[in-house]
Amino acid sequence: MALGLGCSAKPGRAKENRTGSWRTFRPEFLHEKCTKCGLCSLVCPEGCIGEDAEGQPVPDYDYCKGCGLCAEECPSQAIEMKKEEK
Amino acid sequence: MTGESCGLFEYGHRACGGCAAAMAARTILDAAGKDTIIVSATGCMEVFSTPYPDTAWKVPWIHSLFENNSAVASGIVASLKKQGRKEKVIALGGDGATFDIGILCLSGAFERGHDFVYICYDNEAYMNTGIQRSGATPYDASTTTSPAGKCSMGNRRPKKDLPMILAAHGAPYVATASVAYLPDLKKKVEKALATEGPCYLQVHAPCCTGWGFEGEKTMAIGKLAIETGLWVNYEMEDGKVTRVKKVVRKPVEVYLKEQRRFRHLFKPKPNETEIAKIQAVADRNAERFGIDIKLKK
Repeated sequence: MALGLGCSAKPGRAKENRTGSWRTFRPEFLHEKCTKCGLCSLVCPEGCIGEDAEGQPVPDYDYCKGCGLCAEECPSQAIEMKKEEK
Repeated sequence: MTGESCGLFEYGHRACGGCAAAMAARTILDAAGKDTIIVSATGCMEVFSTPYPDTAWKVPWIHSLFENNSAVASGIVASLKKQGRKEKVIALGGDGATFDIGILCLSGAFERGHDFVYICYDNEAYMNTGIQRSGATPYDASTTTSPAGKCSMGNRRPKKDLPMILAAHGAPYVATASVAYLPDLKKKVEKALATEGPCYLQVHAPCCTGWGFEGEKTMAIGKLAIETGLWVNYEMEDGKVTRVKKVVRKPVEVYLKEQRRFRHLFKPKPNETEIAKIQAVADRNAERFGIDIKLKK
């Protein structure tokens, strides 16, 4: 459909912008310590922490900016921030 | 891995790492659901989520200007009413758009009584344009237009009490929330959407770039604001405060010294006169809202 007025964008197209390249520190998830509380997924400003079939958190490193909020807030200290090696 | 995100606020947006406004946007959409129309004023959230032709939003979204956010929302609400449609309308703005530039249209929309929710993410200055002070900047915060130095201790005026101004318009529901307590924020968005008439929600959104702290500390700083009494989470229904988050208060220094914008208050030695003035703000909040938990001795 041609748009007559203003500008419009396809919903969610921001996804083409992979913000993972911004990262300096990388969150490493220690599954043996994880209690599957889901807090990391809730607090992530990107919303890029999903979960696997067992309920363990799985970050999407294509988008994770490495802010470290998940590691800071994790009540079980099950997330460690490691310097990114590229 | 590039999976599907299940939220309505897509990743790939350009917010700083640890951005509170991005957390707020995710939570607001989580509460509101897909049958929502978002009207967004100019500001950080608008800029980082929608650099054309990209957009992080997966719901209908319209960018107004700074000043006419509530007027655009009013028009959409009136049109939906005429068409007999049931979508919810949320107007989003930063503190600059809400407290300063857009207050004329905001006041008009509340006075006319349109059924919509106005949500202000309050990061206490114009962050998107480079940290200029706004009506929401707290006392003594250093910004680029209220810089601390030899002749100045930073922002000379206290924060404007906008929730009370909107409650005085007869708004049925006015509340404050913080990104430090996301489930509480979600509940308040749901309650505001379920309440008929103009509702206002002000969300404390600590800004790592503008306030000067590491991105990982966003929630910790938000919690400290509440624990010191410098931010109060409360709900007002029909002009009366009905719920308040109570705390065992900490001295304001623990909040101030974590942030670059208050650094001048501690160099070369703590400025006790100025800190006492900020403590007085917290004490007034505590008295007004009754936030203190009395510990048994």
